[in-house]
Amino acid sequence: MTYIALATGFLLILIGFYGALTNRNLLRMIVAFTIANSGINVVIIAIGYMHGRTAPILDATVSAADALTRVIDPVPQVLVLTAIVIGVGVAALMLVFAYKLYERKGTLDISKFAELKW
Amino acid sequence: MSTLLTAMTVVLCIAILVAAIVSIQVKGDKSMSIAILAAGLVSLLASVLFLILAAPDVAMTEAAIGGGLTTFLFFFVLARMRNGEREYEEANHD
Amino acid sequence: MIKRFLALSLLVGIGAIFVALMMSYEPDASLNLTARYYAENTASETGSANIVTAILVTYRGLDTLGEVTVLFLASSIIGLVLSLGNKQNTTLRKLVPVGELLTTGKSYLAPIIMLLGVYVFVNGHLTPGGGFQGGAIIASGMLLLLLSDPLKHFSHALISLVESLSGFVYVSLGVLGIVLAGSFLDNRILPLGDFGDLISAGAIPLIYSLIGLKVGAEFSSMLANLSEMEDLQ
Repeated sequence: MTYIALATGFLLILIGFYGALTNRNLLRMIVAFTIANSGINVVIIAIGYMHGRTAPILDATVSAADALTRVIDPVPQVLVLTAIVIGVGVAALMLVFAYKLYERKGTLDISKFAELKW
Repeated sequence: MSTLLTAMTVVLCIAILVAAIVSIQVKGDKSMSIAILAAGLVSLLASVLFLILAAPDVAMTEAAIGGGLTTFLFFFVLARMRNGEREYEEANHD
Repeated sequence: MIKRFLALSLLVGIGAIFVALMMSYEPDASLNLTARYYAENTASETGSANIVTAILVTYRGLDTLGEVTVLFLASSIIGLVLSLGNKQNTTLRKLVPVGELLTTGKSYLAPIIMLLGVYVFVNGHLTPGGGFQGGAIIASGMLLLLLSDPLKHFSHALISLVESLSGFVYVSLGVLGIVLAGSFLDNRILPLGDFGDLISAGAIPLIYSLIGLKVGAEFSSMLANLSEMEDLQ
């Protein structure tokens, strides 16, 4: 199961990078970046997964005493929780900058923005 | 039980990858809306994958934020640009 | 064409690194040192049933404060960037009429969605969920209101008041932790209570509710700012 999820995550990252590198439309590039972002999250969660264990929440079935042998690593989950929330902030920022660029030039084609090209 | 779960995971992962490829490669009329919706679908299916990988906290976050809010942020911006949708065809023949 | 070839060769390189990483990966048989500490001591030290919440709010609370700050900066930069530039265009947009189903449904659904958000972040130390998820659900309720009435203007003053008040109380609770319990954002400034009760785990429910309000206000202001953008032709 770990390997399936790992492969999915890595492939999502590659698909996202391919889309960001080959599309010329700014909005399509931002969509591709969010897909790569999801892929990275899947990879980190898959690394934390351990076969046959449950989520790191203690209740009637998983008592505090046998938590050591029953729960999976909680640290990658905390990391990804943070990364998702930051990811939406970054995506919103990119969208606003794309909107401002469109306001100035009337186009979303990346090859029309040549001021800093050399 | 375990083989059933593994088979479901494989199907889920294939669905995620297909949605991602659709989101990157879709062309033609309304292609931008389809791309944004497919990216939201990737997030939504990834949240099911997180649930299978025993991470319910992350699954909730991804479903609420990645699948819900991000998609609407994209649509808010897209709705303000009248030509943003149509431009893909002209921009991409090189 | 040459660009596409370059992009593909770059991706093949990254893909080779990924394949090598996957080949050398071996799943752990037991928890590593850090995870073992959290699994053994969370219940006795913090009284929180959800270990992820305990790490996020207490052990790594400073990181969460930084994360909330990043989100605050993102939402305020969005407001700043959108307010720059020309403002003369005040023509009304042509709106697609909103359906009867949405206008009737929103008055029943929006309060329930917001109540669910509050439930999720108040129970963050017992069940999956917490401030970030609850805040996002509250923002979804605001989104429903916004969709049913696209010309609605949320009170930005109210949103920023909620945002800054909860942020201020959050940092004050952290400083109180230094004074009363020995470290920043320590949850033992309040009694730990019985394990598994709603009012338990010291200050964790309080801090996570404040985070939920702050995140909800930040997402709401992001959505409100984006929905008030002008049309470009």
